[in-house]
Amino acid sequence: MAETFIKVENLSYLYDADDGNTRKALKDLSFEINKGEFVAILGHNGSGKSTLAKLLNIILTPTEGKIFVGGKDVTDQNMSDEDILALRKTVGMVFQNPDNQLVATIVEDDVAFGPENLGVSSPDIRKRVDEVLGYVGMTEYAKHEPHRLSGGQKQRVAIAGVMAMMPECIIFDESTAMLDPLGRKDVMEAIERLNRDKGITVIMITHYMDEAARADRVIVLDDGRLILDGTPSEVFEEEERLRECGLAIPQCTELIHKLRAEGISLEGECVSLEDCVALIERSLKKQ
Amino acid sequence: MKSIAFGQYYPAESPLHRLDPRVKIILTILYIVCSFMCKNVLSYALLLISAIALVMLGRIPLRIVLKGLKAVLFVLGFTAALNIFWTAGEQLLFEWKFIKIYVEGIYAAVFIMIRITALIIGTSMLMTYTTTPIALTNAIEDLLSPLKKLHVPVHSFAMMMTIALRFIPTLTEETDRIMTAQKARGADFTSGSLVARAKALIPVLIPLFVSAFNRAGDLATAMECRCYNGGEGRTRMTVRKLRFADIIPLFLILLFGAGLVALNILKIGYTM
Repeated sequence: MAETFIKVENLSYLYDADDGNTRKALKDLSFEINKGEFVAILGHNGSGKSTLAKLLNIILTPTEGKIFVGGKDVTDQNMSDEDILALRKTVGMVFQNPDNQLVATIVEDDVAFGPENLGVSSPDIRKRVDEVLGYVGMTEYAKHEPHRLSGGQKQRVAIAGVMAMMPECIIFDESTAMLDPLGRKDVMEAIERLNRDKGITVIMITHYMDEAARADRVIVLDDGRLILDGTPSEVFEEEERLRECGLAIPQCTELIHKLRAEGISLEGECVSLEDCVALIERSLKKQ
Repeated sequence: MKSIAFGQYYPAESPLHRLDPRVKIILTILYIVCSFMCKNVLSYALLLISAIALVMLGRIPLRIVLKGLKAVLFVLGFTAALNIFWTAGEQLLFEWKFIKIYVEGIYAAVFIMIRITALIIGTSMLMTYTTTPIALTNAIEDLLSPLKKLHVPVHSFAMMMTIALRFIPTLTEETDRIMTAQKARGADFTSGSLVARAKALIPVLIPLFVSAFNRAGDLATAMECRCYNGGEGRTRMTVRKLRFADIIPLFLILLFGAGLVALNILKIGYTM
């Protein structure tokens, strides 16, 4: 059976808004994430999804509630600096703006930054850097300057930089939001492979439905509350509730829903374009 | 806007590229000292030859080197002019009203031009063109590391330099973008008095600063996430070991310096 990797209990987070009042970004959130799972956290702007990401590796500390990572309470006040470092080594994070997370002036030096901080021995760093750059398909750019790369390439370097720390879980905080379609595709493929081949737990924060559809499980947040939690097809069934949260289901799923509403029998789940094509094909052949 | 004159690494395979960056920094300092020891025609000729030799050793295309020099063309011309018109000497060459040009002035102008050119070529060939900024910063950190014992935050300074270097192109692009956006809305950066033009830059600088601070915040978070904690217990991917080949240039430059001193003592050729 899958073991629980991250457990969130009654998590709340208060922040000081610009008008001087405090607001709740997260309200009494509880869920569990298993080891090796690919979870998408979906939500509209201001739903608290990015706050959640920052809480998961204690960049922010929760106002209330507890977070367990690998069975360890990381919200404990007595966490030592070493404990926090160990947590951040376990739970890596890739951010939205690729420019603002690359530290070094040469790609391979940037990838080496994490392991260097961890005090990994030099030959080992070299090995890790070469391996992860190969893994994200950026080997030929190892000696390039980051600012000469495209957004998608920069983001893949950022992923390599986190992978080089050998984390068990990587959080992607809207990592595709600033990319062009091609860059998005490359990065999404890298994320999927990370999960499927390396068994790394992936938490992907996004507001793109088609990206969420590729996860094993989707958690929908609205106004700091957990609204829906299930497989993509289960979540997309709740078209109305998603719309209330300012989210629209993928067009292909919507099409299938509409066809069903017209009385056309289409059996099976539809979360992607391929599903949609297959469903309609099957239905046409039956007639 | 992407090429910010001298100070850009040029990737190539050359003896200078392979040289230990720490040695290169020491060499640069010694080279600067040497250039100030030149006092006569022969030593300046040597200096010029050494600069040309450096360009050849670094395998940097001449076009790139000349582009770097273009940036200081004005300084070159200005100092040369100053020296021609304001150096008084004994051999009068040309006189018109209050303008007197002496042979010494011409010499002084040529010498200063050679010195500045050699200084720029020397420092850029030894450091900026042939050394990645990060290797350079690491080398500076290494060379200054004895100061850590005196609680000088050497690592923090090196980190700051690295980040500054990393963000120069990013912020340059950003400036470009903001200026284009302002131009599209009718801003005028090219006409008017100096004051008017400076004022026109304010709407560029403010968004630039805001975004720079945002970036700094994001970067700090990203660095924390990658376990950065101020350099303690940090290792490096590439650890440089001083090879024998790295020591030879040090001997060469000492020899070069000694030669210049000898020329000064012997007073061969025209001497300032």
